[in-house]
Amino acid sequence: MAAPLYGLIASFDTARDVYHAAEKVRDAGFRHWDCITPMPVHGLDKAMGLKRSIVPRISLAGGITGFFTGMTMIWWTGAVDYQLVVGGKPLFSPMFAFPVSYELTILFTAFATIIGMFVVNGLPMHYHPVLKYDQIRRGMDDTFFIVIEARDPRFNLANTKALLEQAGGRAISELEA
Amino acid sequence: MAHVADSSAVTPAILREVNPAVLPRAVLVENNRSFSWITNKICGIIEDETPTWWWVCFAVAAFIACFTVGGITYLVATGVGVWGHANPVNWAWDIVNFVFWIGIGHAGTLISAILCLLRQKWRTSINRAAEAMTIFAVVCAAIFPVFHVGRVWYAWYLFPIPNSNIIWQNFRSPLEWDVFAVSTYGTVSVLFWYIGLLPDLAVLRDRFYAAGNKFRSFLYGLFAMGWRGSNRHWSNYEMAYLILAGISTPLVLSVHTIVSFDFAVSLLPGWHTTIFPPYFVAGAIFSGFGMVLTLMLPLRAIYGLEDLITQYHIDCMCKITLATGTIVGYAYGMEFFIAWYSTNPYEGFAFINRAFGHYAWAYWIMISCNVITPQFFWFKKVRQNTTMVWVLSIFVNVGMWFERFVIIVTSLARDFLPSSWGYYSPSIVEIFTFFGTFGVFSVLFLLFIRFLPVMPMAELKAVTPQADVHAHEGSSGQAH
Repeated sequence: MAAPLYGLIASFDTARDVYHAAEKVRDAGFRHWDCITPMPVHGLDKAMGLKRSIVPRISLAGGITGFFTGMTMIWWTGAVDYQLVVGGKPLFSPMFAFPVSYELTILFTAFATIIGMFVVNGLPMHYHPVLKYDQIRRGMDDTFFIVIEARDPRFNLANTKALLEQAGGRAISELEA
Repeated sequence: MAHVADSSAVTPAILREVNPAVLPRAVLVENNRSFSWITNKICGIIEDETPTWWWVCFAVAAFIACFTVGGITYLVATGVGVWGHANPVNWAWDIVNFVFWIGIGHAGTLISAILCLLRQKWRTSINRAAEAMTIFAVVCAAIFPVFHVGRVWYAWYLFPIPNSNIIWQNFRSPLEWDVFAVSTYGTVSVLFWYIGLLPDLAVLRDRFYAAGNKFRSFLYGLFAMGWRGSNRHWSNYEMAYLILAGISTPLVLSVHTIVSFDFAVSLLPGWHTTIFPPYFVAGAIFSGFGMVLTLMLPLRAIYGLEDLITQYHIDCMCKITLATGTIVGYAYGMEFFIAWYSTNPYEGFAFINRAFGHYAWAYWIMISCNVITPQFFWFKKVRQNTTMVWVLSIFVNVGMWFERFVIIVTSLARDFLPSSWGYYSPSIVEIFTFFGTFGVFSVLFLLFIRFLPVMPMAELKAVTPQADVHAHEGSSGQAH
């Protein structure tokens, strides 16, 4: 039984080639497709028509949570749960609570950013059809790929292959799901 | 409005005459190296057989690290009294060493975060090793306060975890702020480092798989999280990296600010000054760049990384050392000025005592290493002589250790009451413990060189001319 088709993969030699090819695939109206690059290529997001990442919103939520966690913790431990006057100072003041809350803001932002990045990217995903492609190692090294998925409504084996060829893609092959 | 009309009439005529100057950009990867050359070069360090020098260095470092283990074991078995602390100096080498190591870490974060925000692309070839240095320096720093609590098995009382005494921490104390600052700093540094490593771990996963080493491929792959170089991932990844750089910048500034609060918030003459936060931060970056140079110059020579760590990189690091060293020198002068200007007799005495009292030897070592040494970096001849730069970087490390010693010990040894004055000398246990931390640091750094890519391959590729999709077709490879 043949494995179902995941999509088509085409390789490109330079960053500039994949950049211009991505513009063509974007203009052809595909939605379920991707570029594989060994490093972030400046401007490729725009060439692919990607929206701005939503990770910053998750970071902001993390930061706000961190700040209020710090303030609440210091207020509750010092002024509510166990009141203890030290050096004649007030039981709670946002002034002395600030340094710790500030550090917790940063700590929670960092965790939110990283967890947010992984969740948005759908990682960890150790098994993926693209990783089964025998040349994918080059995609971490010095070659660029474009993958168009079969589930895209505009996908049509012959036409999509022609589009990739016309965009300058080489070694176009089919990926198993 | 008349002004606007005038300028619109005049500007085009002027513009026709003015030719914008063509400013050459520094080449960050020399000899026009290809992507695969970078991959092979960096991965080769890990994949090649372990060199003999590595085993020799590792054995020596592990031996030195035993001194820390020995010193700490003796301390835990006996008590904090084995250190040379006695009234009035109850806080000496432990806090000196803590501030020294934490300060070294700061250059790593400066390179990875602040230079990232400032778009200083030369950071790419040194940031991975500098971040590793940060993490290992924080590990060494943490040893001292943790064991200074005496009964180290109660060190968790530093954190607000419910305990059998029901009492909570005193959040009015800068020492408690320090607990949060340093633990946050350590954690965020590890996270930032790991995120940078992610794409490179995927490279190693695939290379070891192709070479038939399934075990190492599995280990690298586990931490690579299934990274596949997808541009949809890169988009979120780059945003996350930028945010981490953005939050690490205020973090690194706040950590040494809070470290300086340990002193500045007290009332002791010589400590109770408002100049401390910026002065400590500048000193931290100064010492950290000293350590980066100390580590990177031998690494560059051993592995032949001259195309990746170019003379331009060394120039930049020397200039930052010069700038921060000069700020530190200015702070020394300003402390004296304020001591005189404030007309506070205690403050005045504290500073005269530093320069001419019992600890004057330490003070003048500090001045010569921290104020005079960096001034050599004004000269291009010096910056181009790597041996000279390396020797000067060692002096910077020595000088910054003495700075902390001078600040902490001279102020405590001569406090308000002459009847309680004393002279502090370290015990052999303290000397062993501190000496051994250099071994701990080196062991960790050697393991890092052996098992992880010392440079961020993806970032290096991104600063090469061939990664620029907007360069003119057929240009000679000079990105603009």
